[in-house]
Amino acid sequence: MFKIAETENPTGKETMAPLLEVQHLVKKYGALTAVDDISFAIGQGICFGLLGPNGAGKTTTLEVIENILASTSGDILYRGRARTNQFKNEVGIQFQNTSLLAMLTVWETLQIFKGLYEETEDLDVLVDQCQLQEFKHQRHEKLSGGQRQRFLLALALVNRPHLVFLDEPSTGLDPQARHNLWHIVNTIKASGKTIVLTTHYMEEAQHLCDEVAIMDHGRIIARGAPEALIRTHCHGVTVVLPRRSFKKPPTALPLDLKEINGAVHIQTSNIDACLKQLLSCEVDLSDMSVNSPNLEHVFLNLTGRHLRD
Amino acid sequence: MRFKRIWIMFKARNWEFFRDRASFGWNFLFPFLLVAGFGILFGGKEYTAYKIGVFPATRNPLPVAELKLPEAFKKTRFLQFVGFATREEALAKLRHHKVDLVVRAGSPPYRYWINDSSPQGQLAEKIFQASLSGPPDPALLQREQIHSTEIRYIDWLFPGILAMNMMFSALWGVGYIVVRYRKNGALRRLKATPLTAFEYLSAQMLSRLFLLMFTLLVVWFGCDLIFHFNVAGSLVSIFVMFFLGSLSLTALGLVLAARGTSEEFTTGILNFISWPMMFLSEVWFSLEGAPGWVKQFAQIFPLTHLLRGVRKIMNDGAGLLDVMPEILVLVMMTGLFLGLGAVLFSWDR
Repeated sequence: MFKIAETENPTGKETMAPLLEVQHLVKKYGALTAVDDISFAIGQGICFGLLGPNGAGKTTTLEVIENILASTSGDILYRGRARTNQFKNEVGIQFQNTSLLAMLTVWETLQIFKGLYEETEDLDVLVDQCQLQEFKHQRHEKLSGGQRQRFLLALALVNRPHLVFLDEPSTGLDPQARHNLWHIVNTIKASGKTIVLTTHYMEEAQHLCDEVAIMDHGRIIARGAPEALIRTHCHGVTVVLPRRSFKKPPTALPLDLKEINGAVHIQTSNIDACLKQLLSCEVDLSDMSVNSPNLEHVFLNLTGRHLRD
Repeated sequence: MRFKRIWIMFKARNWEFFRDRASFGWNFLFPFLLVAGFGILFGGKEYTAYKIGVFPATRNPLPVAELKLPEAFKKTRFLQFVGFATREEALAKLRHHKVDLVVRAGSPPYRYWINDSSPQGQLAEKIFQASLSGPPDPALLQREQIHSTEIRYIDWLFPGILAMNMMFSALWGVGYIVVRYRKNGALRRLKATPLTAFEYLSAQMLSRLFLLMFTLLVVWFGCDLIFHFNVAGSLVSIFVMFFLGSLSLTALGLVLAARGTSEEFTTGILNFISWPMMFLSEVWFSLEGAPGWVKQFAQIFPLTHLLRGVRKIMNDGAGLLDVMPEILVLVMMTGLFLGLGAVLFSWDR
């Protein structure tokens, strides 16, 4: 059983009532408990990240909140009340895996989805925002991975949602397409919308999220602002050196170190002292790198596993 | 091209097929059921080339040996004798090509009727005449012809073909497509919008109705240019009947689309429903002479009532009031199917 690690006042923005509250949510599939009694609240205007390895229960949690799946038990409150039919009008959803009606162009599909909502965004604005100008008259089945994700994002925004759910929006994208997508998500965030995002990319979470909840085995094991979580669970920096840089066995050094895949990882909160120690032992520092701790280290410290194990 | 990839995909596809127990089982069950159905309908009997209507006779199957007809005629192979209580009833069937020849049972002269537009009838008449020794004798035979409006076989068959086309289009165009969208997640995406199941199903139904009626008009008037159909009743009434039939068949498609994510299993179910409906609703051939329970069973299909109504209007000149029983049945079936479809519908299961 994990104990939830929580930082105080994670974002500094939660002075107003939360937009969304999840209370003791449980979702079971037969004997399997996919989501195991989780609770959290999301303030207005923030980007909230649900992080965790595959199978941690992120997507299930998201789909229960979205009202796509029914919960086994627990409550979901939107603006302090149980969700009503209006909820669907106020949220935008980008599914991790989805198909759309076949044989339609990007523009036609946007028009169809626009027609399903009461309050909608101007499609030209949306096409510009999501960088779809070049492809808007192309059949959506023909879009590349990055184009398709931007198109799905545009569909999620077609109803001017107050709350946007993005389920692993950049999975499978190349770095350029991913950064492009992050730029768009940041634009959406800047417009004041609340975003709930799932991802297993720590870099993405750190780049986009004001607050994250780390999930593992259906439970939340840590929650807070990324920097606060890192401060709380990781100390100092990691110095990485190839094993061949050491003339003597590194274990002889009075340092907190581990050997991983032929590299020596030294955890230190005093980089100056660490470097002096290494130089005194005639360690070759030409291939040295110094890594700041990230959410991956938080997960590693909390579970003993890597996020993508 | 790499055969390794082809082989891997071949194996993967086979695994998928064999592991989908429902569709796997269905692939065996369906042909069995089809063969069994035909066996029950036609098995244990000789193949009959001609149907001879006999009146007055109330018992079916007819005790042929007891009929007062020429012995040689009764013993002729490949003839099926179908009894009717009255002459009018028998002649109505003759007019609709449901029997090939009508004979009054009794003492000579034997009075018989044929439909001039029926090639089967002409041949059945030759068999009847040949069963009496010598050339046709007016003292023994009394030939009658139907002098009412001619109903050609094509006039009888055409509504059947149109209705069958409607049935396939309605069942597959709705049932199969919705299941495919459920399987690939498109319905799930729609579920996330404010669109309700009722709205979605209504849109599916209306779209299909529009396509069916559009197709009907194009095919009808296109074929009419070539075949010059004899339409005894009102065209508007015929289209009203077809509209009600389309509604009922599309609603049935919605019931089939209500659940399921396996396209192959749905294909099996669609075949299971559409094929018996096609054979038992008299699209291609009459059920005259089939066991009573088969005729009764055929009543469960909307196509039966659609075709009966359309043929009454087209071939007999009936009005909408005359086909009110068929209309009522179709309306009730539509209501039932829509209710079932709405209750059972799931976006993702």
